[in-house]
Amino acid sequence: MLHVADISVSLDTIEIFHDLSLELATGEIVSLVGPSGSGKTTLLRAIAGLQPLNAGKIFVGSRDVTEVPTYRRGIGMVFQDNQLFSHMSVFDNIEYSLRISGVNKISRRQRVAEMLRLVGLDDLGQRTTMQLSGGEAKRVAVARSLVAEPSVLLLDEPLTGLDGELHQRLLNDLSVLIRSRGITIVHVTHDHNEARQLSDRIVDIRSLSR
Amino acid sequence: MTDKRSPYHACAPALALLPTCAVTVFVLWPLVNIFSRALSWDVISRMATNVVIRQVLWFSTWQAIASTAITLLVAFPATYVLARFQFIGKRMLLALVTIPFVLPTVVVGAAFLALLPDSLHRSVVAILLAHTYFNIAVVVRMVGRRWEQISPLINDAAGTLGASPFTIFRTITVPTLATSIRSAAAVIFLLCFTSYGIIRILGGPARATLEVEIYTRAIQLGDLSGAAVLSLFQLLVLGSAMWWWIHTSHRSVPLARIQTYSAVPHNFRQRLIVYGISTTTACIIVIPLITVFVRSVSTGAGLSLDAWRLILGNHATGLGTRPPLGAFWISLQYAIATAILAGVVGLAASGAIAYGGRRIGQLEILVMLPLATSAVTLGLGLLITFDSGIIDLRSRWIMIPIAHSLVALPVVVRTMLPVIRSVPHGIRDASATLGATPWQMWMTVDRSLISRAWVTSLAFAGAISLGEFGASSFLTRRTSATLPTEIARLLARPGNLVQAQAYVLASLLIAFIAAFLVAVDGLRPDRVAV
Repeated sequence: MLHVADISVSLDTIEIFHDLSLELATGEIVSLVGPSGSGKTTLLRAIAGLQPLNAGKIFVGSRDVTEVPTYRRGIGMVFQDNQLFSHMSVFDNIEYSLRISGVNKISRRQRVAEMLRLVGLDDLGQRTTMQLSGGEAKRVAVARSLVAEPSVLLLDEPLTGLDGELHQRLLNDLSVLIRSRGITIVHVTHDHNEARQLSDRIVDIRSLSR
Repeated sequence: MTDKRSPYHACAPALALLPTCAVTVFVLWPLVNIFSRALSWDVISRMATNVVIRQVLWFSTWQAIASTAITLLVAFPATYVLARFQFIGKRMLLALVTIPFVLPTVVVGAAFLALLPDSLHRSVVAILLAHTYFNIAVVVRMVGRRWEQISPLINDAAGTLGASPFTIFRTITVPTLATSIRSAAAVIFLLCFTSYGIIRILGGPARATLEVEIYTRAIQLGDLSGAAVLSLFQLLVLGSAMWWWIHTSHRSVPLARIQTYSAVPHNFRQRLIVYGISTTTACIIVIPLITVFVRSVSTGAGLSLDAWRLILGNHATGLGTRPPLGAFWISLQYAIATAILAGVVGLAASGAIAYGGRRIGQLEILVMLPLATSAVTLGLGLLITFDSGIIDLRSRWIMIPIAHSLVALPVVVRTMLPVIRSVPHGIRDASATLGATPWQMWMTVDRSLISRAWVTSLAFAGAISLGEFGASSFLTRRTSATLPTEIARLLARPGNLVQAQAYVLASLLIAFIAAFLVAVDGLRPDRVAV
């Protein structure tokens, strides 16, 4: 489903990784682990089209998306610090991708309401993003990405910064939510327990470069 | 928004005392004096039915709207480049675009008089161009400050949700900037609606704003009651606009974190955009300034340094007045006194507003009053109130720094207040747990965090004083003329050499204010480049 073929990426003049390859089957969930600075986030950004490649190709299914701009790749991403739109309500954040892709209003409302229910935020639709707790903001970020129904979802340390009990509860919910949808997922984390619980396969990023 | 958790809450009433007294004595009292002396229903009806007044009102309004729209359009590309990119010459460009705003309006008017062909002198086009030039900095500073705080990761997030660059601009950037665009538009509208110096130089007898009409009626026609009616009307319009501005500026969209982001242009297209827009903007700013200098060495018989020799040799102009260079030293003294007065009163006011409760927070409206009053009305009020009787301050040297300080006070408070409010509670709490008294806490924590902003506000107050023309044109006498009043006086005289001397003084003022700005910009904290 997702094929990263021999890509190389530099930030300024420093090469972050060289000839890196990774392949995921449809619906597979892979956790990427590795020390800080090993390029995990950079790899996600490269897959999303947010980071130019020096070399290599990226395929989604049989489609070469290497030169396709981010907004046409159909790859969703949950950012480490959520990046919610602070000028919009929770509802508007989740509705965003549906609105810009021209989904009609009735269908949008239904899908956002359904997504709010799935992430356990039924009553918080009209809140501003500044009124959310850390856990609620994470749920909104996940819901916002899932409602767009991406073929590939990138999770960049989605549970970082949450304390023990909340972390575990959200991890359980996230696991159920993404597995029920059968999405292909690349998940970046420092936490091996989180990786074991969420993914089908754990990969050390350092093992991916030739 | 007031700081209820502040440990300085108890000091707020004492801090509020000085600015309250200053504004009451030097703004409110003169205003009451104007209106109570001269206002009557007969005068109001006479002014309301006067065709000339209606024309003045219509012209003031539409030229202000047109100037605002043109300024937003012209300044937008430069704002984008300065907010989103790091590039060679950025700090210089930022200082450059700020120069027109702190230049005396008389100098801006003179620059366009020198730049434009004779056919465009005393035309609407000249006025709109000069207003646009003058106000570019408002958009760059107000909208740009907001724009540089929008994280590029927000745009990335929108991109991964399927938003194209144009959709991101429409749905993320513009709504996030909307409040600052509205605020900038309100400020530009206010400045153009009350435009005085530019209209005096470029408008000619056929075009007057309310501000110019107030001056004409009060000083040239002796119609004090008519001037008072116009002042009252202008006060109502500006007061409403100010109230709206203060309330909308509190409603800005909160950003996840206050940090600035700008990137190095990383491909040829971005470099072309950045350096193309920067170069064009720099040319737009610099060319009128160069023209002022060129005119200072043009005396009709080709290029000549005669005007510079006359000014720097400190000779009289031959018009029965004192040497023009004297105005330079007088202006400098006024600027220093203004910086001290406005700095002290502004710091006290900002502290009272930030540390006090909701009630003391209303002081913010009071200290913004000089902005809504307009410099001309302020000058008129001070002239009437302090010109006779037991408090004859008009002949005193301090009168002009007082007037300039009142004009500068809103700027000082607007510069200081956000900085004082942004001091984190956490470090004050940490200081308290380490045994610091509120006074020690303020001296060791707050003072160090706000000192840069205070020095910046002093510099702004000094620069405002150097360029102030509205109040000065009422209060200065031949022996106490400031640079702007001297420039306007010389420009109104015939003769190439006399006019060249006006441009010499304007050149000196430009150089002085440019140096001021470069120094102030050096006080800004560094940005975070990503």
